[in-house]
Amino acid sequence: MEPTHKPGHFHGGLRLNYHKELSNQNAIVAGKAQSRYVVPVQQHIGAPGEIIVETGQCVLKGQMLTRPTKLISAPVHAPVSGRVVDIGKQAVPHPSGMPADCIVIENDFQEQWVERNPVGDRYNQMNSHELRNIVRDAGIVGLGGAVFPSAIKQTETNIHTLIINGVECEPYITCDDRLMRERAREILSGADIIAHIIKARECIIAIEDNKPEAIAAIQAAADEDGTGFFRVQSIPTIYPSGSEKQLITLLTGKEVPINGLPADIDVLCQNVGTAYAIHKAVHEDEPLISRIVTFTGKGIKQTQNLEVLIGTSIADCAAQCGGYSDDASCLIMGGPMMGYTLSSDQLPVVKACNCLLVTTSDEIHPANTEAHLPCIRCGRCVDVCPAKLLPQQIYWYASTHNFERATEYHLFDCIECGCCTYVCPSQIPLVQYYRSAKSEIWTLEAERKKSNHARERHEARERRLQQQKREREENLRKKREMLNKKKGGPAESEIDQKKTAIEAALARVKQKKESLSVAPKNVDHLSADQQRQIKEADQRRRANGKESDE
Amino acid sequence: MLFRKAHSPFINANTRVHSIMYQVLAALIPGTLASIYFFGWGILFNLIIATGVCLLSEAAVLKLRARPVKPTLKDGSTLITACLLALALPPLVPWWLTVIASIFAIVVAKQLYGGLGFNLFNPAMVGYVVVMVSFPREMTYWTAPLGAMDQWLSFSDVFNIIFHSAVPGQASIDSITMATPMDAIKTQVALEHDISSTRQSPVYGPLFGVIAGKGWEWINLLFLAGGLWLIKMKTIDWRIPVSFLLTLLLISNFFAVSDYATYPSALFHLLSGGTMLCAFFIATDPISASTTPRGRWIYGAGIGVLTYTIRTWGGYPDGIAFAVVFMNITVPLLDYYTRPKTYGDLEVD
Repeated sequence: MEPTHKPGHFHGGLRLNYHKELSNQNAIVAGKAQSRYVVPVQQHIGAPGEIIVETGQCVLKGQMLTRPTKLISAPVHAPVSGRVVDIGKQAVPHPSGMPADCIVIENDFQEQWVERNPVGDRYNQMNSHELRNIVRDAGIVGLGGAVFPSAIKQTETNIHTLIINGVECEPYITCDDRLMRERAREILSGADIIAHIIKARECIIAIEDNKPEAIAAIQAAADEDGTGFFRVQSIPTIYPSGSEKQLITLLTGKEVPINGLPADIDVLCQNVGTAYAIHKAVHEDEPLISRIVTFTGKGIKQTQNLEVLIGTSIADCAAQCGGYSDDASCLIMGGPMMGYTLSSDQLPVVKACNCLLVTTSDEIHPANTEAHLPCIRCGRCVDVCPAKLLPQQIYWYASTHNFERATEYHLFDCIECGCCTYVCPSQIPLVQYYRSAKSEIWTLEAERKKSNHARERHEARERRLQQQKREREENLRKKREMLNKKKGGPAESEIDQKKTAIEAALARVKQKKESLSVAPKNVDHLSADQQRQIKEADQRRRANGKESDE
Repeated sequence: MLFRKAHSPFINANTRVHSIMYQVLAALIPGTLASIYFFGWGILFNLIIATGVCLLSEAAVLKLRARPVKPTLKDGSTLITACLLALALPPLVPWWLTVIASIFAIVVAKQLYGGLGFNLFNPAMVGYVVVMVSFPREMTYWTAPLGAMDQWLSFSDVFNIIFHSAVPGQASIDSITMATPMDAIKTQVALEHDISSTRQSPVYGPLFGVIAGKGWEWINLLFLAGGLWLIKMKTIDWRIPVSFLLTLLLISNFFAVSDYATYPSALFHLLSGGTMLCAFFIATDPISASTTPRGRWIYGAGIGVLTYTIRTWGGYPDGIAFAVVFMNITVPLLDYYTRPKTYGDLEVD
């Protein structure tokens, strides 16, 4: 039976305190220009692009800095005009905290753009392939947080439904809310381009019902459009309704199959920010060099949404927000449910950066990794899990390193939304257990692959060496034969004959020696007394010889 | 700015293990007060002995295992075990029996398995089963409820019975104790006396109330009320009590309808013995119960079937403890075979 739900529902989820009012009251503010921008080469899921600029080179605003090399890849662009002053490892915002390749650009404050040739409304006459190339070359990735290259997502055509995700279900974050309120027309314009690429027949813009202003703004833009192609759908405020799979189920009643794609059920889902970026790419020929970032939390003085260039230092943005309050304790990138803490603010804003949440210690209560109570199997996590898993059982297997069972219980279908951890009365950091189990399984898998590879290589090498040895011997033999023939000397077979002759001769000598010891001696002419003495001496010698033999 | 490191999610609900446990304890209060009202000082003694011994043995084992003592004792789980055990035991059992049951519950059934969260069996029910099997005679030391008796046995009488096995006057203990209504019906049915004649007999008649046993029906109703409150507060899962009570109701109704004289009514079963205590406080112990939604339905139903079977055809006065312990054994299997379908799993069953 195919699981079907009535639209308007998905399993589990939470009602949270949203704190959206902290940052959604004021209009988006442009970030201040800075003198230095650090642009990480990899800001997306997939392969990093190939760096096509050199240190010392002057670049123009919007100029491509890297070129996508593989299918799943995205380029990055210069956020300002200026000079490339450094290419190398720099600290970047990433959960691992590992430095990564970055291109550092010194701003010349000239704002000189590369030559731009916007397609504009001509996109209607362009085919999907051409438009996808524009999206790809503009470095556009999913701006809801997943940063998956958008052009790849739009490969399938004749997808029935395009969903524009304006749900923004995580607490605190309001960048999409403000974007929808202020730039509704552009979002719909971007949505229309995506719809054109995938040849969609309908477009649903989904927004949580805790954002009435955004709903009104998008509705007004849809009315203005007048084609009836866009349908604004208000959905209940339940975390994580903004997660792609959950949103699709909520709207269509269908589930995205395990290991499948939304396209399998005739749906494509894109974030409002992505739609906006695509509008800019097509209508202004502007690549993705800026994004809207929510600065919020009790730990920052002026909570607001800033439109900042990619590569701007977080510290500079925080300074523009009036700095941190005295009791600020955590800097979180993303929301309080799925974000991660940063250990410094000397990091660049990247494409994935939708929110920077600065919290005070009374504002957050992360589960304690060191001392949590044991699981009492109460099942609250089962009730809230949107992936319909058994989090308590996966925890049991993950914490005892029974990875086979953990995988059997669908560890890899966990979307790490944090609902289970939120409700856990024992305060077990469940998601953290899942994350480390996943990465351990990946490591083991990689190691196994590596050791398999190494073993295969070793075996191949052994085989090769043996083969070489055999060939060498064969060659040597042939050469020797050839040489002998040339000299007119005996061939191999003659040598063999000689060898056997020699051996036979040696054997004869040996036999003779042995028989000699018992052969009659030439003693006939000696006197009886002498013969007796010899006999005695012989006996003595024999006895001695026997002794020494022993 | 401290740049503290932490892992998401950074916020959480305010439910804690101890708050769940204390809610359960609070929900036990009305039924417990009713038990004390109808069966007197003995229940109080049981509660005090069980609580003391459970806490002490828990502390002792934790100390031996070099585990923190205070936080564990504070979580409230030990108190629940003690209360459930005390409420299940007859009011006049000798003190050492309560002590043995408590030690067995905490030391063997809970701590030897690894403590809170790791016990396969419900500790209170294991303690109960051990003394039930070992000391069946003492486990019949129930008294008639208030109403069937004019007044409570005096404090000193109960004290002497429990601590010195000394019965007031020259009487034997059997002259003080009284069968429970459920037991009375079972033994009388075995003697081919039908239920209505038992209810009207001069010996057993006073034990019966409107529906079930006098006192028992009130105790059960108050445990039911406490349980409903727990479900409303979402402290316990509703599936186990619903499935247990529904199963018990359907089976007992089937037999009662088929033979009115031999099988007590469904309502009698629902309001007798430990039915409601089991439904909302014992079977719902999440640690020893099944943890999947479907598994909980089966788990509750299994306890219902076993309880009815033991009550009706078994040799023990009530079947709850055995039913629960037996179903505890099936939990790993239930959990494994009742896994819910994961999101996006489109495979046909």
